[in-house]
Amino acid sequence: MTTTHAAEAPPPDAPDGLQEHFDATIARDQRIEPRDWMPDGYRRTLIRQIAQHAHSEIIGMQPEGEWITRAPSLRRKAILFAKVQDEAGHGLYLYSAAETLGADRDDLTQRLIEGRQKYSSIFNYPTLSFADVGVIGWFVDGAAICNQVPLCRSSYGPYARAMVRICKEESFHQRQGYELLMTMMRGTDAQREMVQDAVDRWWWPSLMMFGPPDDASPNSARSMAWKIKRHSNDELRRRFVDMTVPQAEKLGVTLPDPELRWNEEAGHHDFGTPDWDELMRVIKGDGPCNDRRMERRRTAHEEGAWVREAATAHAAKQAARARKGAAA
Amino acid sequence: MTHTDWPLWEVFVRSRRGLSHTHAGSLHAPDAELALRNARDLYTRRGEGISIWVVPSSAVTASSPDEKDPFFEPAADKPYRHPTFYEIPEGVQHL
Repeated sequence: MTTTHAAEAPPPDAPDGLQEHFDATIARDQRIEPRDWMPDGYRRTLIRQIAQHAHSEIIGMQPEGEWITRAPSLRRKAILFAKVQDEAGHGLYLYSAAETLGADRDDLTQRLIEGRQKYSSIFNYPTLSFADVGVIGWFVDGAAICNQVPLCRSSYGPYARAMVRICKEESFHQRQGYELLMTMMRGTDAQREMVQDAVDRWWWPSLMMFGPPDDASPNSARSMAWKIKRHSNDELRRRFVDMTVPQAEKLGVTLPDPELRWNEEAGHHDFGTPDWDELMRVIKGDGPCNDRRMERRRTAHEEGAWVREAATAHAAKQAARARKGAAA
Repeated sequence: MTHTDWPLWEVFVRSRRGLSHTHAGSLHAPDAELALRNARDLYTRRGEGISIWVVPSSAVTASSPDEKDPFFEPAADKPYRHPTFYEIPEGVQHL
């Protein structure tokens, strides 16, 4: 249950064995709930992670949204529409989860717009053909699932519960994307080329979605100790590769990595190293579409201000009328 | 930029065959009517339920985790609240 009291955290030097109680709860694999005491760092890390997760859902509506008016059939248009609507919903579940920690949604939106909080690096890449819509479903939602299924067991209850719902819908999107690509692969040579080209452009950015390598990931160790995260970036990345390679074979596309091969001994695929410099540039705001994505979000917020004010004024008027009616 | 400050609403949904409303999540909306509409779009788009309640979060009073134990402890001196308290002779049927 969301409560409005979540922000009243006790001081960081936890009194009366609260820290011990928290540690024991985590050790027993039980969930931390909004009104439980939690260390300040735990609260801050969660707000950051959940908010950035929410921002990613909202910004993530843009790359695919660009193809809604240009979808090649009414069926594909309706599917894409529904998917983008789901992303909006995921954003709302996640903002709700962040609010149980005492964060304020308006404030988080402000942080996003001012570039003080980030969103997933993947949404800074452009969608250049309709095949990109399918590849985003397959790779990007696939990577999201690898990341998010373990989060369903995250130590913070509201986050874990939001993830259960989101994961169901993400796996549905992944199927949609794969089915779209299958259809194109059964089509003309030009359509097959579009798919391969989209795969070539999105493969490495998708691998970067799992974040920097373990030895360069500053928040990882603590998040894993707190059981916010259950697996390391590299572990999840490898899991994604193992999952995706057979799907690519079935589809009839190649993955753009000359080092990619099955390692019998390890029981996993070996694969090349993503361009970490590129990831750093994209995260710092210098990717192909960072400016465009932020500008779009900022404009929507600013130009929508009068509508939000109108809704607030209308609600106040209705409430005043209701009070008058009750008094009469 | 104005801070419109739409209040937070808790959403409860009763599923088609469900007996009770279950907490589904929360959302922001300027008034109850829009909260209801948004809850419909957000939480019942795949046939999850047939009845929605929206409640302003500020109207909810929650129990405190500090008093978890004393608050919920079943009174040990009132064992007659439990069905196992009552002994029925063997062989008596339909009880």
